[in-house]
Amino acid sequence: MPVESTSLQFSPQARQKIDALCERYPSKQPVVLAALHLAQKEFGALSDDAMRLVARTLELPYPHVFGVATFYTMFRREPAGDNVLRVCTNVSCMLRGAYDVLEGLEQRLGIKVGGSNDKFHLVEEECIAACANAPAILCGTKYFLDVGVDQLDEIIEYLQQNPHPESEVA
Amino acid sequence: MPADLDTKVITARFGNEAAKQIAEYEKLGGYQVARKALGMKPEDIHAEVKASNLRGRGGAGFPTGIKWGFVPKGAEVVHLVCNADESEPGTCKDRELLYWDPHLLIEGMIIAAYTIGAEENYIYIRGEMMREVQVLRAAVDEAYERGYLGDNIFGTGKRCNLTVHRGAGAYICGEETALLNSLEGLRGQPRLKPPFPAVKGLFSDPTIVNNVETLMNIPAIVDKGGEWYAKLGPEGGRSGGTRIVCVSGHVKKPGVYELPMTITFRQLIDDICGGMWREGTEVKAVIPGGSSMPPLTADELDVPIEFDALMTDERIRPVEVLRGEKFDMGGGRELRTMAGSGGIVVIDDQTDIVKVCWRIMKFYAHESCGQCTPCREGTGWLEKVCKRLAHGGGKAGDADLLATIAHGIAGNTICPLGEAAAWPMLGFLTKFRDEFEAKCASGAAA
Repeated sequence: MPVESTSLQFSPQARQKIDALCERYPSKQPVVLAALHLAQKEFGALSDDAMRLVARTLELPYPHVFGVATFYTMFRREPAGDNVLRVCTNVSCMLRGAYDVLEGLEQRLGIKVGGSNDKFHLVEEECIAACANAPAILCGTKYFLDVGVDQLDEIIEYLQQNPHPESEVA
Repeated sequence: MPADLDTKVITARFGNEAAKQIAEYEKLGGYQVARKALGMKPEDIHAEVKASNLRGRGGAGFPTGIKWGFVPKGAEVVHLVCNADESEPGTCKDRELLYWDPHLLIEGMIIAAYTIGAEENYIYIRGEMMREVQVLRAAVDEAYERGYLGDNIFGTGKRCNLTVHRGAGAYICGEETALLNSLEGLRGQPRLKPPFPAVKGLFSDPTIVNNVETLMNIPAIVDKGGEWYAKLGPEGGRSGGTRIVCVSGHVKKPGVYELPMTITFRQLIDDICGGMWREGTEVKAVIPGGSSMPPLTADELDVPIEFDALMTDERIRPVEVLRGEKFDMGGGRELRTMAGSGGIVVIDDQTDIVKVCWRIMKFYAHESCGQCTPCREGTGWLEKVCKRLAHGGGKAGDADLLATIAHGIAGNTICPLGEAAAWPMLGFLTKFRDEFEAKCASGAAA
């Protein structure tokens, strides 16, 4: 198998995590999701080069890594704002006003769903398992529950002061 | 003794922030049952689980003891995988369980793994559950430090490894064979069955996949006995224990509640959840077990939340394909509804049911993995037609069109995601036909 050529390198810490995880499975292939999470953390997005790095590290064909990376919604090909706001609009949240929340965020952040500014990335998310506290927003490890449109300024302000990037968990 | 409102088998530590740390968990009696279990014969534990009438809490309600029995005798390498990929709309129990009591899950997994002879085990947790990933990783690390996981657990010489495997956003990975593919580092697309995972699963080895809540019930069953657990359920029934339900939507007190399975939907709404959220509103529909289940109407709420009742109670009107033509689940079996994942969504009479249905179809269209044509194309069509109905562009005949598409999906796909879209579609059409017809007419006139 050809070795993928790429100009990128994992940090020693990421490399260590990947190596430790490889011990937990009979082959390196199952570590692909974890390695992609780490690559997205280190390079901001999964560029072709970042995916080649994952392929080379795990001794997998590049098309395999590409196929996996593009299947899962948390992986992105382009960089995005640090705070990924995942706004649930699924049925339980919709019933309690989630679309008003989403629209309110679009207005306040000056971006459309799927868009980014320097600090935020706005995502219309499917059910985030916080249905009993609808509408709910997820940002990294932080949940905002029972959200009303009148709380959005406060939430934005809080996250500007206390960013919750998803990469913390990679 | 049947469960009552105070019976807390697995939510006793909810609200206790300290209990997610091993010191507090042990102080409250944690890991004692695992010690006891490791001194028992695996077949004796298995017998208790079978006697308990514990049924899978992920959605299908399959008896756990019977599932464990499918592992071939004498298999050399076996795996236990915990399905923590909770993403069925309306369902929010596993996330709470993981957050509040990660060690109860680990203890349940140690016992289950020992019983089925599994040494290399995994928790597949949903990628978006970042807070819970951290809680779980910390708990697993603590259990390794104390020697409760690893190569010599509790000094018994037995091995039990446990790895937290984080997903990356895909509802389909809650389907057990898609989950196994995802765990193996592939796209999360379901496998053809048979072979079933218990025979050929992770890395082609026999594998038992159990839901979070299911596994968290194991310590209590081993501690107090299968018979005790069975008797918590409805008398003479086939469902042991309590049920964790997630109530959302238009009630005063939505929440995650551990309840006896004998409670009815009406009692749940009125007594537990404080009634409807706004004065003057009434129930229009209730989704009883996550968004993939056909809804109940306001006059079908005196049925208990228990698995078999929802499938067979004759007070629930069977789902139809076209008017008067009952949906056939195979062999002439009627489809009423199912208890599913415990996600109960209450919808009031001010709500546009067609719009609710559109949002549900939008979800399944987005989450179809694309492998089977009826699901990949059909869910997209369901969404498009529901969307034009909901937004004033409906055409005459759209209600029948939806039924025909849904019927064309059900039963014709590798995994149940097809049914997950088709069943609620047909259920909403059966029970709220007039609302759909009115939208067809108004669109056609406009």
